[in-house]
Amino acid sequence: MGSALDILEAGQPPRAQFLNFPLGFEAGPFQDKAGQLDVIRQGLTGFQTFTEPGIKSLPQSWDAGWDRVNKRERGNQSDDSRSPRNTEPQYQTDEDRQLAEENI
Amino acid sequence: MHNICSNHQEQSNPMAPVQYIQKTRETYDKLGYPPYRWFHADSTPAFTSPAKPLADSRLGMISTAGTYLQGQVAYYYKDDTSIRSIPNNAPIDKIRFSHITENYLAEARQDPGTVFPLESLSTLEEEGFIGELANEYLSCMGGIYSQNRVIQELIPNLESAILKQELDLLLLVPL
Repeated sequence: MGSALDILEAGQPPRAQFLNFPLGFEAGPFQDKAGQLDVIRQGLTGFQTFTEPGIKSLPQSWDAGWDRVNKRERGNQSDDSRSPRNTEPQYQTDEDRQLAEENI
Repeated sequence: MHNICSNHQEQSNPMAPVQYIQKTRETYDKLGYPPYRWFHADSTPAFTSPAKPLADSRLGMISTAGTYLQGQVAYYYKDDTSIRSIPNNAPIDKIRFSHITENYLAEARQDPGTVFPLESLSTLEEEGFIGELANEYLSCMGGIYSQNRVIQELIPNLESAILKQELDLLLLVPL
């Protein structure tokens, strides 16, 4: 499954389901369990329906998601939104760091 | 692998898929960076139809969102080729993400199901839609710039872990 059609095409996967959602929602819409279940259910049907390599489009659309993401990106003045590249583990929270370091 | 490319759809056709490769190229040019080298497959992939119906199959999953379970070591952002195994019954509120394009993770960090369908897969197994799930899902960092390191390190790591799971089907969910 994937939401970047041109990148999927470049990779030539054996079979792929394209979901035309913003990146970050490849498994379904935000805070919508039923919508997420529907996306994954339909995505998995590809295992039964593909008879040759290719990429098909899933039928779901999500205008509210595009509006949400586009509004946020318009407020971002930076062209380079990547995080710095180094070899320090990048924990989501300080608590995660502490728990992981206790396990090492 | 996604880099500096926005999520904006084209105004002329709001439903047209975003051209992420082109947008990345334009952004790199604007910033004065050398062109990003996207992977382009040079051959048609092998294709095999599943031997069994989905309802009788054992399914695994790979997430490229830098997914980790709280308590595990997070990924780092410079060509991290390690992988994590995440139990299929892990609490959803303990699922975390460390991916170089953090701008795509704002919602996933509140609702991991947007990129890591742990709950959706469990529901589909309970329904009998999927026969059986792998005991553990796999994750990796999807933002590795070195194609050589992906081929020589990451893929063998994943392949070794996948083969131990004795799967019929494997779902890849990229970020």
